[in-house]
Amino acid sequence: MEFAELIKTPRVDNVVLHRPFYPAVEGTLCLTGHHLILSSRQDNTEELWLLHSNIDSIEKRFVGSLGTIIIKCKDLRIIQLDIPGMEECLNIASSIEALSTLDSITLMYPFFYRPMFEVVEDGWHMFLPEKEFELFSSVTNEWRLSYVNKDFTVCPSYPPIVTVPNCIDDEALKKVATFRHGGRFPVLSYYHKKNGMVMIRSSQPLTGTNGRRCKEDEKLINATLRAGKRGYIIDTRSLNVAQQARAKGGGFEQEAHYPQWRRIHKSIDREGASVLIHGTEGTDSTLQVTSLAQIILEPKCRTIRGFEALVEREWLQAGHPFQQRCAQSAYSNSKQKWEAPVFFLFLDCVWQILRQFPCSFEFNEHFLILLFEHSYASQFGTFLGNNESERCKLKLQQKTMSLWSWVNQPSELSKFINPLFEANSLVIWPSVAPQSLQLWEGVFLRWNRSSKYLDEAYEEMINIIEYNKELQAKVNTLRRQLAELETEDGMQESP
Amino acid sequence: MEHIRTTKVEQVKLLDRFSTSNKSLTGTLYLTATHLLFIDSLQKETWILHHHIAAVEKLALTTSGCPLVIQCKNFRIVHFIVPRERDCHDIYNSLLQLSRQAKYEDLYAFSYNPKQNESERVQGWQLIDLTEEYRRMGIPSLSWQLSDANRDYKICETYPRDLYVPKTANKPIIVGSSKFRSKGRFPVLSYYHQDKEAAICRCSQPLSGFSARCLEDEHMLQAISKANPSNRYMYVMDTRPKPRMQSWWASKKDIGRIVVRISSKIWRDEKIRESDEKARLNAMANRAAGKGYENEDNYSNIRFQFVGIENIHVMRSSLQKLLEVNGTRALSVNDFFSGLESSGWLRHIKAVLDAAVFLAKAIVVESASVLVHCSDGWDRTSQVCSLGALLLDSYYRTIKGFMVLIEKDWISFGHKFSDRCGHLDGDPKEVSPVFTQFLECVWHLTEQFPQAFEYNEVFLLQIHEHVHSCQFGNFLGNCQKEREDLKLKEKTYSLWPFLLDDQEKYLNPLYCPSSQKFTVLEPNTVPFNFKFWRNMYHQFDRTMHPRQSVFKLIMNMNDQNKQLEKEIKELESKIKHQKNRQTDTVLNKESLRSIHSDSPALKPSLCFKKEQTLLPGNDAIRTIEGSNTADNRYSEYAEEFSKTEPAVVSLEYGVARMTC
Repeated sequence: MEFAELIKTPRVDNVVLHRPFYPAVEGTLCLTGHHLILSSRQDNTEELWLLHSNIDSIEKRFVGSLGTIIIKCKDLRIIQLDIPGMEECLNIASSIEALSTLDSITLMYPFFYRPMFEVVEDGWHMFLPEKEFELFSSVTNEWRLSYVNKDFTVCPSYPPIVTVPNCIDDEALKKVATFRHGGRFPVLSYYHKKNGMVMIRSSQPLTGTNGRRCKEDEKLINATLRAGKRGYIIDTRSLNVAQQARAKGGGFEQEAHYPQWRRIHKSIDREGASVLIHGTEGTDSTLQVTSLAQIILEPKCRTIRGFEALVEREWLQAGHPFQQRCAQSAYSNSKQKWEAPVFFLFLDCVWQILRQFPCSFEFNEHFLILLFEHSYASQFGTFLGNNESERCKLKLQQKTMSLWSWVNQPSELSKFINPLFEANSLVIWPSVAPQSLQLWEGVFLRWNRSSKYLDEAYEEMINIIEYNKELQAKVNTLRRQLAELETEDGMQESP
Repeated sequence: MEHIRTTKVEQVKLLDRFSTSNKSLTGTLYLTATHLLFIDSLQKETWILHHHIAAVEKLALTTSGCPLVIQCKNFRIVHFIVPRERDCHDIYNSLLQLSRQAKYEDLYAFSYNPKQNESERVQGWQLIDLTEEYRRMGIPSLSWQLSDANRDYKICETYPRDLYVPKTANKPIIVGSSKFRSKGRFPVLSYYHQDKEAAICRCSQPLSGFSARCLEDEHMLQAISKANPSNRYMYVMDTRPKPRMQSWWASKKDIGRIVVRISSKIWRDEKIRESDEKARLNAMANRAAGKGYENEDNYSNIRFQFVGIENIHVMRSSLQKLLEVNGTRALSVNDFFSGLESSGWLRHIKAVLDAAVFLAKAIVVESASVLVHCSDGWDRTSQVCSLGALLLDSYYRTIKGFMVLIEKDWISFGHKFSDRCGHLDGDPKEVSPVFTQFLECVWHLTEQFPQAFEYNEVFLLQIHEHVHSCQFGNFLGNCQKEREDLKLKEKTYSLWPFLLDDQEKYLNPLYCPSSQKFTVLEPNTVPFNFKFWRNMYHQFDRTMHPRQSVFKLIMNMNDQNKQLEKEIKELESKIKHQKNRQTDTVLNKESLRSIHSDSPALKPSLCFKKEQTLLPGNDAIRTIEGSNTADNRYSEYAEEFSKTEPAVVSLEYGVARMTC
């Protein structure tokens, strides 16, 4: 087995683990192919299991022969291990380093993980594009599903099935793809049933310095608007950056060629207009904008299922390169330029909205933290690979378990339910004033302070809500009982 | 009324402070003897008490009219556009006059007339009884007694009449010590911890100069120390900050001495830190002016501790900077955080709380008594003593207890409320947000210990509101003697009974009173636990707050639970009654028929109707404020979490109506 040669010392005794707010634990440290395990072998002490892929950076220090390894994780936790013996310590450190930076995806834990639960509903088949399409195809026939990318040849980072204007055929799509960065031609991101407004996304047009045009592109974009309607092209870059992009063959739409559209480089106010959103590649800020807009506009996205579907649709299938972006995190010294906490930032934005509308989401903060953790290190295959094409080649569906299969078990799901949730069909506009934004303490201070009192207060809140339900039920029962008695009584009295 | 020339202006626009599109509401502006009132076209009323106005500014004339900007002490900022410049000028002049009264007698409290009769009013003033409070702490005791030395305010004008001192501190010691202390504020008891037998005492700085000493003062401290049998040493906490450069030079004579002392100290006491010595140098600057700190050599078994809380001037300008940053339109996140940082505001809040934590620890961990002082002993000393007691004693975390705490450590010990809040037109350099900082420290504690406080944030905001409103007599004047001279207890109302009557609004639904875990609070004061108090500094900027409030929801649910419990009891007794009756009926059908007068057939339907309304009631709690309106970002929300308009205005409301 390949891991054996990477593990120089599989086991060290008398290792002391230090974590903030916990007493130090002495125990045996074991390294396996995917985990760092510290076990005190005492019944009452929990073991530490840490995925190697969660490790972002390690530092070592020596005082005499006592070595200390400081491990900083992608979930922002920092732990310290005191390891007696210089050689052991060096071996452990270099083993961890090697195991936490495996090159091959197929050596990652999800390919080895054997679930101990029964899969009731397979997460790999929960969110199919056909099903999502059905949700709005009943109210409009302006859109169709296209299989033009079924072999990933037109756009390698797109899924096999995309939604496009009905009047644009696959041949035209192929031409448009050559005009867009990375072949990411404009596709439907969201259809707002209330007013027929649409949100479409793409990558930048390859206009270059001499203002190249593409008739099919213009036709496609104009076809998404009904006659007389206006649309906005939201370029997530600043005007400056967009202009500079032309020198590298990129660029932006000339308004003259897209008469119904206005191009803007910042956020817009509400108007009930359709929008096209893109940045450079259309795989990062574009997806943040389209997915957050859906959280605000679409009540369904604020449910657990709906949010999972949103992540699946707007991030995984839309080709956000998770593998690259989440390879390392904040603590790493060897960050590559493609590493960036784009998805994490999106989750933080969702948390901000959740804070402002605490009763409008079916899920709680823990659900968002779960997604944050699993996007960086996981036993599940969901966030592996950079796009659908890579995931197909890796045969993730056959070889790994989906995160959703696990999360959607009732026993797990209950941990993520927001007790305050009351479905509402409203659009929820958050405040974006700096004074309204807060530090996401649940993530950033999670390992830095005890949350005991806050957790207890949360428990108490749930108790009050549960008690309320109980009382309501009891009152209803008693009323019914009384009513029955009185009817009985009435019958007795009026024979 | 002589200041009012224009009482009503129509077609006035009220601008949204943070709107980017100059959205406004149009309405009518009324000027009454006590309030400025704006009623918009939707009949929504905005009341501004004249005493709340901190600054009023008339800006350059624009095409749409004359802008009038009013900044309030409760951090409300309103921006009107008055169509005609002459009207604007009249209003401006009137407000200038009305917001700056020269005499106490012209303040609102002297004309405020709620629907209360004389005996209720008198009873209201008796609600908080400090003698009773000291008795609760076990005072007088074997070692502490009431001193009548200040009965006639002869020893210290700014202290209350009743003072508690160690039994061994006789009159000559008190008199001698008071002469040695700034403004005569000699060491007296502020809080007594019965279990630890340790005391929090307070005073002002000693007038020690460079060589002067005062044997009586030394005896006084000895007496305080000896009154605590469980510890042979005590702490003296000087709450003032570390030295500035000039103090080094001003006290260079003493540097040599200090250096020698540092080096000898290191051998004697490893715990002593150099920074403490540096702080001592600062205090020496004060000594040059005949003021300063206790000369350690003259006091035995005393540990000196310096904590760096800045003075009132630093605090005032810090808040000013904070408000400038907050008032910026289209503020960027970077500018907000760098502005928050450079204002230093949260650093000051942390300094105050750190000092309180030190105080509480000295008492709980070391069972040591602590004497707290700053310069005059009425600003920083009040902050530290009251917060220390709040950490130690869960009573102060109840609604009534918090009133007692404010009454004791702030009002009775002569925190200069009128000067600090600028109640009268006076020296602007005396104004400082010392009490606001205290409330903010309490708020930070409620955030860390959500279940430890009986009261909620609204309570703190409401108290802040009325510290500045001059509507009640409690906070008028600068010390007890002044209040007595003003005959406030005869002429005005006390705030506390009004808050107590309304206490439902101020209850924390998550409060856990019986819990043992909250006897002593040990807050974590690492920097990341300090955050911007939006609900205070932006309480009127509704667009910035969460549109759904968990707090309000839980509070309503708690209320509903109480009602449901009551209803269950009623239903159960009715059912029991019914059952009994049916048994009786069977036994004696004839006799019962005559009693049963109301129609039984109607009842079930009534009940079911009620059942249906229960759930929608719940829905109303969860509504999103504003989300269904076409353009809610700029619209006013029906209700607001932190400060519901009616909640605050309710007290003012009735009278304002009467005076118009």
